[in-house]
Amino acid sequence: METPILSVRNLVVEIPTRHGILRPVDNVSYDIHAGEILGVVGESGAGKSMTGNAVIGLLNRPAHIKSGEILLSGQPIHSLSGDALRRLRGKRMGMIFQDPLTSLNPLLTVGEQLTETIMEHLDVSYAQALDRAVAALDEVGIPAARARINSYPHEFSGGMRQRVVIALALCAEPELVIADEPTTALDVSVQAQIIALLKRLCRERGVAVMLVTHDMGVIAEAADRVAVMYAGRLAELGPVRDVILNADHPYTAGLMASTPLASQGQKRLRQIPGSMPRLGQLPMGCAFSPRCEFAQDKCKQDPGPTRETCNGRAACWFPLSSTAKQEATQ
Amino acid sequence: MNPIVKVENLDRVFDVSKPWLNRVIERQPKQFLKAVSDVSFEIERNSVYALVGESGSGKSTIGKIVVGLLGKSGGSVEINGVDLETETDRAKVDAVRADIQMIFQDPFASLNPRWRVRDIIAEPVAALGGNTDGLAERLLEQVGLSAADASKYPHEFSGGQRQRICIARALASEPKMIVCDEPTSALDVSVQSQVLNLMSDLREEFGLTYLFISHDLTVVHHMADKIGVLYLGRLVEEAPRDVLFASPKHPYTQMLFDAAPRMDGFGREVEPPKGEIPDAINPPSGCAFHPRCPLATDLCKQKQPQMRKHGDTRVACHMVE
Amino acid sequence: MTTQKTSQSRLARAWDSDLAYSFRKTPVAVVSAVIVLVLILGAVLAPWIAPLNPFDPASLNLMNGFTPPSTPNAFTGETFVMGTDDQGRDVFSTILFGMRISLFVGFSAVFLAIILGVTLGLLAGYLGGWVETIIMRVADIQLTFPSIMVAMLIFGIAKGVTPPEYRDQMAIWVLILAIGLSDWVQFARVVRGATLVEKNKEYVQAARLIGRSPVAIMLRHILPNVLNPVLVIATISLALAIIAEATLSFLGVGAPPTKPSLGTLIRIGQEYMFSGEWWILLFPAVTLLALALSINLLGDWLRDALNPRLR
Repeated sequence: METPILSVRNLVVEIPTRHGILRPVDNVSYDIHAGEILGVVGESGAGKSMTGNAVIGLLNRPAHIKSGEILLSGQPIHSLSGDALRRLRGKRMGMIFQDPLTSLNPLLTVGEQLTETIMEHLDVSYAQALDRAVAALDEVGIPAARARINSYPHEFSGGMRQRVVIALALCAEPELVIADEPTTALDVSVQAQIIALLKRLCRERGVAVMLVTHDMGVIAEAADRVAVMYAGRLAELGPVRDVILNADHPYTAGLMASTPLASQGQKRLRQIPGSMPRLGQLPMGCAFSPRCEFAQDKCKQDPGPTRETCNGRAACWFPLSSTAKQEATQ
Repeated sequence: MNPIVKVENLDRVFDVSKPWLNRVIERQPKQFLKAVSDVSFEIERNSVYALVGESGSGKSTIGKIVVGLLGKSGGSVEINGVDLETETDRAKVDAVRADIQMIFQDPFASLNPRWRVRDIIAEPVAALGGNTDGLAERLLEQVGLSAADASKYPHEFSGGQRQRICIARALASEPKMIVCDEPTSALDVSVQSQVLNLMSDLREEFGLTYLFISHDLTVVHHMADKIGVLYLGRLVEEAPRDVLFASPKHPYTQMLFDAAPRMDGFGREVEPPKGEIPDAINPPSGCAFHPRCPLATDLCKQKQPQMRKHGDTRVACHMVE
Repeated sequence: MTTQKTSQSRLARAWDSDLAYSFRKTPVAVVSAVIVLVLILGAVLAPWIAPLNPFDPASLNLMNGFTPPSTPNAFTGETFVMGTDDQGRDVFSTILFGMRISLFVGFSAVFLAIILGVTLGLLAGYLGGWVETIIMRVADIQLTFPSIMVAMLIFGIAKGVTPPEYRDQMAIWVLILAIGLSDWVQFARVVRGATLVEKNKEYVQAARLIGRSPVAIMLRHILPNVLNPVLVIATISLALAIIAEATLSFLGVGAPPTKPSLGTLIRIGQEYMFSGEWWILLFPAVTLLALALSINLLGDWLRDALNPRLR
């Protein structure tokens, strides 16, 4: 099988605090292949954004990578210096954040920002860079790109601004794009446009996309595979249809069941009791065990292995689909 | 039975002009934003009425006007037959104030961080000089927390627990009606279902009426009895839930339903909607939706469509026959 | 019994709080706090720990004038740790008593500035409209003058309206008024800014919803939540007020020579700087420096520790 664009192996991110060491990302492994969108879902504080930040080297001190490997097309990047990482960012890794305003410089025109990024990472003249910038804006669907290249970020609407950010992330032709809640700040109709754009670019360019979001609907429509995170750990990883329809991990199953669905009508929602524990107060065994209806003594003592299941992988002693299968065979 | 809330031809204009000196220097006229125009609806007792719309649709503005946090520019809002803004009888105003409460979007900003939970929950009653003995403890248990939580501070709770505290505060004055402004959009999915279930339970137990404001169609579908769809400050369609979801009449409602991501929409490829919400300061002429509407005609560009009845639906569109 | 328990746990909670932890982990803050504490204690306890009372003419011996530090006087054989000034006053004692005046003026002036600034800032931020316009324009205009000039102006006016025989008595109060009035602007600005943020938060809307009066909302809801920046500015203002008092006294418009503050002492001392009696200037000046610098460093630490964005 070909080398994945991004390969994260047993990644551990730690934050030392006065109350002890927190692990916002704990032993997480996944691959993203070219032309694939990996959705990363989880509740706030589950570690999904922190995983993305670790990959692009934007962890804020005192958070740091404790162990594990991050490979970009087979090349280890977790131990690179700040300078080397900055060169990789933009050139080989693009970023799209939730708030387009924070990723654009308000004092420079979008053309200046685009050409600057292009000339920094590609060996082209200014005229060529300008042409590429116009083409990039064109590609993300900004009408009259040639005319609007001299506009400032505040002259664009929210949706158009996020398109500019996407153009900026893609203009140096990176292999990997990390999109952290790219549509959370946008309206439903604009969100649909941006998701469609991301899917098209991923397919046409063969870019690997890591799509971090809390919206299961967005994941269902956009992602090929999905990684579900809970309290810093990867609860489940698998093809999106299998994970949503047939979850292995009780947390994923509970999450799906508690999302109101139009087809269910007004009957009572299933709910997972309690809420995700804070990082400093994780239980000893599986982090989900206090809320899990299937939890047994074993779960409360040992977090359990991550095992292969028929969907993919799940970090659970008693994955649902395999128990269901066992019950069926008995 | 007469409706608990009656909103008629509600208008709200915001002055968004620059400061006087800038206006004089730049020779600009005053600018106004019409956040709500000509909105009329009624809410039946013991029902859930939902207002949906995207940003700038005026849904939160309407909610604030209904509870009396914002004044109105025109039209009337009556709660139990009393208009909070024009009513002069202090006793009637206090009675209505106790009858209507609000739950806010952000559970982190809606609780005073320097107050104990007990004082936060009891404030609506204490403000009216009522007896607050054991009130907070009783309400906390009602919303699924423990009585011992009353002496804690808000920062000791998670987002979902804080929203429960907000609900307890809203219940303190034994209201008949609660305006819920995006009550779950700041919460995680697994917590959202807890809060929605709690709200449904409380509604049955206390015979509450909800005005439910949200942009999330799945949540609205789950909660609402009747739904009003807003676009750029105007009500474009209103219908009972099942009617609306089975046959949306207004092109905007149809677009909204198509664009919303669906959990069962694996790899769904739909033509994304055209354009964005226009600038509310200079809205398009005629029907505000016409620049994005696939059915738009010259009539739509010139004439503002009026709300008309079609079976159980009220819709403002020239093209619906 | 129960009250004792809660007060104990409150103390334990305070010790365990992030602020206390940050304090323990910042050596600069600890050292500054110790210096400030020692100086304040020295000032408060001056009547008991000072060897002489410099305000009591009976205890003065002109023969002791210009005694160098830690050297016996040629005529009387008395020894003074920090020497004596021209009138034979013990410099160490005058510093202790001078600090009393400096600190009293500083604390009172900041207190006045806080009362004024916080009230006006809350009103401007919460009410908005023309109330805000008037308050903030007055503040803007005052900011265009150096605060020391404002203080001198106020001092001059006050001096003009008080009868000469009361002037020395009134001098301290006029100082407090002058410094306090020139200092309220930054409190008003910060409180207004914080109020603008807080008043749009939903907990304030929830209070408005149930018909709470604006005064109740401002005092009970908003005020407790805007006090953090006030505390930071108050600390730094205290250092500035002490320096402003010293400046005014140095210029001869502050504390009178009969009741000298640190600034007055420095003014007296600088007259003898080049004639060899360096100690009369040096010790008050170093004390002022240590006091102002320590308070300032404490303020810097407080600002960093209370600012969640920097943490």
